[in-house]
Amino acid sequence: MISLNKETIKISSEKDVVLFRQRLREYATKIGMSVLNQTKLITAASELVRNILVYAGSGETTIEVVSERLQTGIKVIFKDNGPGIADVNKAMQDGYSSGRSLGLGLPGAKRLVNFFEIKSTVGHGTTVTIIRWKK
Amino acid sequence: MSNTTSKILTKRKKDVLQVWVENQAEDPAVREDLMANDELHAQSAELLNSFIEAIKSNNYEDIEAPEYYQVTEIISGISLTRAQLGFSPRETATFVLSLKRSIIQILQEELKEDQSTLISEILRISDLLDSLSLVTMETFIKGREEVIIRQSSEINEISTPVIRVWEGILALPIIGTLDSERTQVVMENLLQEIVNSGSSTAILDISGVPTVDTLVAQHLIKTVNATRLMGAECIISGIRPEIAQTIVHLGIDLAGVQTKATLASALQYAFRKSNLVVAKKKNS
Ligand SMILES: Nc1ncnc2c1ncn2[C@@H]1O[C@H](COP(=O)(O)OP(=O)(O)OP(=O)(O)O)[C@@H](O)[C@H]1O
Ligand SMILES: [Mg+2]
Repeated sequence: MISLNKETIKISSEKDVVLFRQRLREYATKIGMSVLNQTKLITAASELVRNILVYAGSGETTIEVVSERLQTGIKVIFKDNGPGIADVNKAMQDGYSSGRSLGLGLPGAKRLVNFFEIKSTVGHGTTVTIIRWKK
Repeated sequence: MSNTTSKILTKRKKDVLQVWVENQAEDPAVREDLMANDELHAQSAELLNSFIEAIKSNNYEDIEAPEYYQVTEIISGISLTRAQLGFSPRETATFVLSLKRSIIQILQEELKEDQSTLISEILRISDLLDSLSLVTMETFIKGREEVIIRQSSEINEISTPVIRVWEGILALPIIGTLDSERTQVVMENLLQEIVNSGSSTAILDISGVPTVDTLVAQHLIKTVNATRLMGAECIISGIRPEIAQTIVHLGIDLAGVQTKATLASALQYAFRKSNLVVAKKKNS
């Protein structure tokens, strides 16, 4: 996979979320992603960045334009040094929430993108990587 | 390399400051309307002091080292305030760049006899001040972004009008991101208007909302429930195809919510519920 363009945005408040979403939309528009796929990507990203704020307090996102074989797309990495997730399989289930939310953020985000990977260590933090191809 | 510049600047601090402040005042880019002169003087003196402290370490390259913390902090602070006061990038950068000119001028006076030292010292100090002026730009841009974000959130707040479409029917077009803060405002406005107008139907149109994630969906569901508690019905309209698809993929259940694709079909529904008919006039 070739990386064409990369940008890191720190996340520590709602304001950063607004900026992050704007930037992500700019990147997606720039590579000519369809409105449907843009909406899917931004919605998934929105869930993941919100999880950073809610569960870890702060973290970092990296937006990257990537290219592989004949495809171009956007890769986003969400990284935090928060509490981590003890049971990732459980967290990935529809309706599981440690709080009183819908518990759809992680599994929903996974359904909205082409690639989804989550790595989490208790006490160290969580890193989620997603890719949405332009198609 | 011995630290000649540091020694010279420590000795002639007062002169550097004076030349620098004069340079800044002469520069057509400096806006007197935006900043008072004594403020400029105070800011310049503060920066110069910590700058001279920093170069005592003989580090002229790494501005991320601890000895430069104070310097970069002052520069960032000044750039940020200038961005917020409406200075242009050029006016903001002038601050650091004119310091370079003043320092070079003093070095020239002091090192008249020793041209080779003069040149190497000028090169060192130039590189350093160039990196510091990049700090100015970085923070300036960040400052501007914050202004933009603040402005857009202000727009968000004012653009949630509740429209009385018809006797008993309210419409609320929402444009922009629905975050927690804004939903609160929207919900309060809507509930208040339901009481004031005695309406039985409210239409929440989300055609202008870019994304619906789980948080926004929950806000919408809460608003619908609150309206119901007031004895009115809330319809959500303007669900675009791509939003409908993402809602399904996310797995959000909107089964208990009356939804319509367009504002027109929501209106039609509301009219029918109130026993109103909209019909084309027959041509006779
Ligand atoms: N970055 C994170 N750090 C620590 N724990 C996390 C993180 N992201 C998710 N979790 C845990 O995984 C659970 C499931 O997350 P998910 O986003 O699916 O649901 P939720 O946030 O509880 O609800 P929703 O996103 O639907 O509002 C969370 O309740 C939380 O316990
Ligand atoms: Mg979540």
